[in-house]
Amino acid sequence: MGSFQSLPDDHQYRTLSQKTGFSLEQIGILHNRFKQLSQNEDTLRRDDLKTIQDLESNPIRSQIIEAFFDKRNFQKDATGSVQEIGFEEFLTVMSYFRAPAHQITEEQREEIRRAKLRFLFNMHDTDNDGTITLEEYRHVVEELLSRSGALGRETAKGIADAAMLEVASITVGPMAPDEFYEGITFEQFLKILKGVEIETRMHIRFLNMDTTVLCK
Amino acid sequence: MASSTYICLLRAAFLVCLVYPLVKGNSVEVPNPHHHQTENLTGLPIVTFKWHHVETPYLVALWVFVAGLAKLSVIQLNHSITGVFPESGLLIILGFILGGIVVGADKAQTFKLLPSTFFYYLLPQIILDASYFMPNKLFFRNLGAILIYAIFGTCWNAAAVGLSLWGCHEAGAMGDLNIGLLQFLLFGGLIAAVDPVAVIAVFEEVHVNEVLFILVFGESLLNDGVTVVLYNVFDGFVSLGGPMIDAAEIFKGICSFVVVAFGGSFVGVAFAILLSLLTRCTKHVQIIEAGFVFLVGYLSYLTVEMLSLSAILSTTFCGVCCQKYINANMDERSVTTVRHAMKMLANGSETMIFLFLGVTAIDTEIWVWNTGFILLTLLFIFIYRIIGVFMFTWMLNKFRLVPVELIDQVVMSYGGLRGAVAYGLAAMLDESTIPEKKLMISTTLIVVYFTVILQGTTMKPLVQWLKVKRAAHSDLKLVEKLNNRAFDHILAAVEDICGRIGDNWWTRGWNRFEEKYISWLLMKPKARKNRDYLFNIFHKLNLEDAMNYVSEGERQGSLAFIRNDEAANVDFKKQFDSEFADVMPDIMVDMSNYDFGIENISAAAIVKDTIPSVSLDIHGQDGKNVVDDINAHRLLQQHLYRSRKHHHHKYSRSHFSINQSEEEVQEIFQRTMRSRLESFKSAKMGVNPTKKITKFHKKDPTDKMNGHTEGNGYLYGDEADSGVGADGAISSTFMRDTYKMGAGIENPVFMPDMDSPVHSPVHSPPWLLETEMSVAPSQRAQRRLPWTPNRRLAPMRISTCSTDSFLMADVSSTLEVHEEQPQSDNGESVFE
Repeated sequence: MGSFQSLPDDHQYRTLSQKTGFSLEQIGILHNRFKQLSQNEDTLRRDDLKTIQDLESNPIRSQIIEAFFDKRNFQKDATGSVQEIGFEEFLTVMSYFRAPAHQITEEQREEIRRAKLRFLFNMHDTDNDGTITLEEYRHVVEELLSRSGALGRETAKGIADAAMLEVASITVGPMAPDEFYEGITFEQFLKILKGVEIETRMHIRFLNMDTTVLCK
Repeated sequence: MASSTYICLLRAAFLVCLVYPLVKGNSVEVPNPHHHQTENLTGLPIVTFKWHHVETPYLVALWVFVAGLAKLSVIQLNHSITGVFPESGLLIILGFILGGIVVGADKAQTFKLLPSTFFYYLLPQIILDASYFMPNKLFFRNLGAILIYAIFGTCWNAAAVGLSLWGCHEAGAMGDLNIGLLQFLLFGGLIAAVDPVAVIAVFEEVHVNEVLFILVFGESLLNDGVTVVLYNVFDGFVSLGGPMIDAAEIFKGICSFVVVAFGGSFVGVAFAILLSLLTRCTKHVQIIEAGFVFLVGYLSYLTVEMLSLSAILSTTFCGVCCQKYINANMDERSVTTVRHAMKMLANGSETMIFLFLGVTAIDTEIWVWNTGFILLTLLFIFIYRIIGVFMFTWMLNKFRLVPVELIDQVVMSYGGLRGAVAYGLAAMLDESTIPEKKLMISTTLIVVYFTVILQGTTMKPLVQWLKVKRAAHSDLKLVEKLNNRAFDHILAAVEDICGRIGDNWWTRGWNRFEEKYISWLLMKPKARKNRDYLFNIFHKLNLEDAMNYVSEGERQGSLAFIRNDEAANVDFKKQFDSEFADVMPDIMVDMSNYDFGIENISAAAIVKDTIPSVSLDIHGQDGKNVVDDINAHRLLQQHLYRSRKHHHHKYSRSHFSINQSEEEVQEIFQRTMRSRLESFKSAKMGVNPTKKITKFHKKDPTDKMNGHTEGNGYLYGDEADSGVGADGAISSTFMRDTYKMGAGIENPVFMPDMDSPVHSPVHSPPWLLETEMSVAPSQRAQRRLPWTPNRRLAPMRISTCSTDSFLMADVSSTLEVHEEQPQSDNGESVFE
């Protein structure tokens, strides 16, 4: 972490490109952005992200920022969160949002799908115990709906409860008497989002052109 | 099925026989006022037969009726032959038969689908319906692709078909025809467009995935506008004559194309704004506000037609733009009215269009056969459609994040159904400038029949065979909606972080702008509050639960069980004294095992807080406590609002009679609050109101906690199966879903926090909070029965099942379900 030099180095770019699947141009652009955000430091802190103006109005801003500092998303089998990230981690997190290549096999597609959903799951599962409990879910939903103005906290809570209920009824079905619904596990998470084409939805277009100058 | 077809045919025969001598030479739609009866009367007749007075409306009504019967029989027929044929195709075939009967009786076709009828009376509601129900997000997300297909695809089709036909004609493939290049292009223009009516009719039956659907559907809707424009431009060229056309005229033609298309769209948007503003202030004329939607939609169509802009585009954009605002502004019932009426009108006209298309064909006059022309047209439209789709998709795929797949392209090409718009345009051709009008009409008809019947029929097998990605079963999944919402924000945020202005940036920018200004302008302030999509779904789910509960109650003998419930609670004190006392210590012990987070709360207080659960042991309630009815009556007398004489008229044109006056609601509300306040005071002792039960679900559950849920779960399951059997498949899946939901409610994890303001007076007095909350249950809370302390001691039916495990289960599950309990079980009895 932090070992990456701020100087654009062709070799390092190539390694990163292989790891994350971004093209060299895209990495270059993202690196520029990284430097812009971190004020030319090697590492990025939470505060750096919090200063992004457009992000301010995002209701789940804190969750998203947290995801960038979550070790689980670095594909290194570690847990916990960090204080600052290097460019490589930044890129790794970004790569969750990369559009899949045009020609991929079913297994690859499934793998991408799992990875993306895992990212989403991690965002909900803040205490990293493998389940999204009602509280965790409520928290996210409340944040999510907090900006809409129309819905109060109580409603948000109600919606979260109803959604959770739905998950329980879909995934577990009628429950045995001594069964107890702990929360959404990842497998159940996969199951309920079966209908959502996440592999084609959860990505943004990374341009080969630098537009960082346009938005500060 | 057979019988209804028979009836339908009979009806048609009757119609023909009856009407034949009278309508000869008159088209149905044209009124003829000069047919007054002028005989001199010799005496006062008791009854007279005045056919001419009613002729036109009568015929119209009769044909509409016949169309309705045809639809009915087609549906029946389709049912029995397992839906191989699309409805549209069957309707056309039925139309052939009807037409045959008409011709057989009349010796000539006296009925045909006139372009004016089609364009002014049948088409507008279909377009309005399609746009009003347009999935907006999907539509605008794919708008670029749709526009490319609709504009360039259609132009390509028109030009390629026209030119190729002309080439073939020049090469001598069609024999001697008096058609020039311009006429061929005109014909190409009218035959180019995929027809929304046909496409919707077919694609609705084959549930393809949503992107494919919106591409085909959006294209068909918008390219109708384009084709009409093309038609007008070429029609102008044709009447201008070949030699007059120079570069300037062509340039003017292109300008006209742009102006007509975009002008129409803008006028449509203007009408959408007008309509939205109008619905902002129709609060006091709720009964007719639904009518405004249709009128303004129709006016937008006619106005634009008057301005010779694209009427279809206008109505499309009118519907697409206003749907959000009018749905939010209007009363819920009006929205339902609009939805149903819209569907009815659209479905009706669709039926009529296909039926009349069939009827029109059986006419000896219009048919002119030219093998070369007809076959070549069929071939060309098929080939160029495929080429066009693949060409434009290839171009689009370079820019699309998610490419349109090959299989989808095949389906898109094959879904190029032509329909009534093409026929209407062909029938509008001017015979003086286009001598071969009849040939064009017959060719168009053949193309329509070929595509609708043949391609429409083979579409389903093709889709299955190609394994086209089908639409995901889209029921109301709150989780998915929530996740979609989360996606939007995540994507926007990631775009922000990586510093690029992308699609999500624009979407978000628009959303913000829309929220701030457009909604402010076009939406009622109150509507703005609860128009959130998620909230709607939540609301719907809640409604479903409530309805479920009511129907459950009704199955159980309806209010009997609710009243019994009531009765059971009335003499709680007595029961408490005698039976409950010995159970009490056990509760206390049990209670301490669960970490409620409320250490010093007494069991009685907990029990008091609970509300009788719906599903609790309904069976046990029947037939017991007959004596308690007296008590119940006393209680009801004491607390229920005594209904006053209503001075509403029984019949009112402008209002549905509403059972309650405002004051009544107010009074009930105040009483409720008062009695709650009392109970609050009494319950306050020994309770620590600040603590919440939050960790409850994390604790290990014991058998006792859930002992009761099992029973309920099974109860629900059994009843869902037995009770629903007779209903259709849809309703049974619905029931199953909701029952599952019901079973889920029993699970302790969903125990709502005890600090939820409305329902548990112990912790936070609801009347100190906002009384009008946006949650559905709490709105209805106003109308609730007074909550006597007695009442809240519901689980005292302990007496019927007095093991302590059941008691605990009762406590837990009543706590959980109380969110939807009150309004359903009290509401019913109040409004009895």
